[in-house]
Amino acid sequence: MIRAGVIRAEWVKFRSVRGWVVAVVVAAIAIVGFAIDGGAQGSCYGNSCAQPTGPGGEAVSDSFYFVHQALAGNGAITVRVASLTSAVRSPRGGTQRVVVPWAKAGIIVKAGLTPGSAYAAIMVTGSRGVRMQDDFTGDIAGPAMQAGWLRLVRSSGSVITGYASADGTRWTRVGAVTLPGLPTTVQGGLFTTSPQWTQTSLGVAAITGDASQSTAVFDHAALTWRGAWTGTDVGGSSGGPAAGPATGYSRAGRVITIVGSGDIAPATSGPSGLGVTPAQTLAGAFIALTILAVTGAMFMTAEYRHRLIRVTLAACPMRGRVLAAKTLVTGLVAFATALAGTAVAVPAGERVLRSHGVYLPPLTALTETRMIVGTAAALAVCTVLAVAISTVARRGAAAIAAVVALIVVPYVLTVSIPVLPLGAADWLMCVTPAAAFAVEQTTVQYPQVDDVYAPAYGYFPLAPWAGFAVLCAWTAVFLTLAAVALKRRDA
Amino acid sequence: MRRAIRAEWAKAWSDPATPWLLAALVVLTVAVSDVTIGTARCPVAACGQDPARLGLAGVYLGQAVAALAGVLALGGEYATGMIHVTLTAIPRRRRLLAAKALVLAGPVLVASAFALGAAMLAGVIVLPGHGFTAGHGYDLASWAMARAWCCATVYLTLVAVLGLGVAAAVRDSTVATGMVLGLLYLFPIAAMAIGDQAVARRLDQIGPMSAGLDGQTTIDLHGLPLTPWAGLGVVALWAAGAIATGGVLLWLRDA
Repeated sequence: MIRAGVIRAEWVKFRSVRGWVVAVVVAAIAIVGFAIDGGAQGSCYGNSCAQPTGPGGEAVSDSFYFVHQALAGNGAITVRVASLTSAVRSPRGGTQRVVVPWAKAGIIVKAGLTPGSAYAAIMVTGSRGVRMQDDFTGDIAGPAMQAGWLRLVRSSGSVITGYASADGTRWTRVGAVTLPGLPTTVQGGLFTTSPQWTQTSLGVAAITGDASQSTAVFDHAALTWRGAWTGTDVGGSSGGPAAGPATGYSRAGRVITIVGSGDIAPATSGPSGLGVTPAQTLAGAFIALTILAVTGAMFMTAEYRHRLIRVTLAACPMRGRVLAAKTLVTGLVAFATALAGTAVAVPAGERVLRSHGVYLPPLTALTETRMIVGTAAALAVCTVLAVAISTVARRGAAAIAAVVALIVVPYVLTVSIPVLPLGAADWLMCVTPAAAFAVEQTTVQYPQVDDVYAPAYGYFPLAPWAGFAVLCAWTAVFLTLAAVALKRRDA
Repeated sequence: MRRAIRAEWAKAWSDPATPWLLAALVVLTVAVSDVTIGTARCPVAACGQDPARLGLAGVYLGQAVAALAGVLALGGEYATGMIHVTLTAIPRRRRLLAAKALVLAGPVLVASAFALGAAMLAGVIVLPGHGFTAGHGYDLASWAMARAWCCATVYLTLVAVLGLGVAAAVRDSTVATGMVLGLLYLFPIAAMAIGDQAVARRLDQIGPMSAGLDGQTTIDLHGLPLTPWAGLGVVALWAAGAIATGGVLLWLRDA
């Protein structure tokens, strides 16, 4: 057990150096200051950018062109998608044909026309084959066809099954989903939609993108029900039609052509999404981290520089306890400082961003707490890592350079000046202590939405606690090395 | 002056840290550059990637070593008390600092030129296979690439001199390292963290790292906060300012 006296001695040492106390205060101010600096500007005032929420409570995009009729009870819809083509605005004017991987055309049944309502759909996509999707997050892969026959069957009230076929005779069952609480009468029919087209040439340095528009040609439509088709632009064309004819539909005999733009998918932040991630409010945390880590390194190396280590070890000959006490004091000071900063920065920063018209996706209280406490904990553990490294290195200059190389450089390379290609950026954010910044992750990466999932946009390759565990592993290794070095070496 | 340089040279190379620091500068710079080159792809025309900045990506890590070399060149003397002997031998403090700067800058310049040359060469060989072809609008044998290499080499040398100047001013390696690395890395982090675009651009213009990086850019030059040579000039101003401050303080104060 560490005696309270050892801890108090270390606390007094820390408190009595004015420079360190000032540094800690500056760190807390940096966290809050960058959150409320209020330079960001958006155009989402009031509820103008509010996105619908899906049945699971997450923010979603739900806009598509829907050719539908009211369908009561069980039955089936069959159709052939003859073709699906997409276009974006060409830089030279006019339009340009592109492959939008997640352009969608097919059959959908939906609880109502309100954006965000429950649905199940089977579709062909630009380049991802046949998909059966439901309630925004469900995604089942089917055969790899760019066009072909699709069938959606509603049976026993809430079970919906999707089938696909290349020739209209031999059918493959893609999947079945259950939509609890689906009303007896639903809106069902054909749809086309086309998400933001983003071209990343690796790294985030170069992103070009635009809203896209897709045209799908349907024929051989066959329904159990008999009704008249109505066309509705569900969700409005929020992105604005990019190119080509306006969204809508036309019929020529048995051929129905639908032009759509938008997406039916979970909403993401980043270049293809809307607004910024709430992690933006913690932009100053990294500056605080640098200050705290350097202070932690100096707290240890000052002992060696002023030969104070001899007095310290004479007073407490159990060297492991000295290291433990130093770790505890720096860790707690850093945690308290950072927590004071983040607890103010996140709510205040969100308020400032919203008041400047910047759209922020909705956050649960749990996620917000994880951001606040997790960031403070990450800063505290980084400071402890700096103490451990400087115990091993003993020389302050080398210790600080090592801390910067391990923690700051990976962050600068992947987030501040994202020069690294995505693969290398993700790798760095998996293996270096900077992985701990995954605790700021608030958004989910969906395979069925194309976006630039880069650390620079708040998408970290590791789950929040996995990233934090990477930092803890680094710290544990260096603390062990530090304990061994302190015991073996003369002071 | 020649005797001062010879004395400083002997001191620098009898310190076991010197060859290690230069080796670390070369190895870390080349390693980061090679990883970046190896993972970069340019699938379409005008993909917006700068082949020079990919090849020179190692500068981001190499500069930390260069700064450390600069700081330790003088900071180490204060830690051991050697500075008293040095000033007894060379009482002209301006001359001492000039000799130290020359003895530091020469090897750092050579090591940087070698490391960055190797990295750029790797880029010129590998990148065309990753889509950086003439058809996609790239000319890897251009003067701009040579200019980028030249700017990056001078940049690393200036960072080392900046470290020396700060060490002379604060007389402590730990504090000096913290200050120089903070100066280098915190400007771009602050520029990203700040929402106001005009303020961020101004920070990019005055920060030594982002200004120095402008010199390594070969595409979209009109979008840069500064022209390449002006960017290098900003770094030179920082280094000169640090050396001047360090020199004046060295002259004014006791060791």
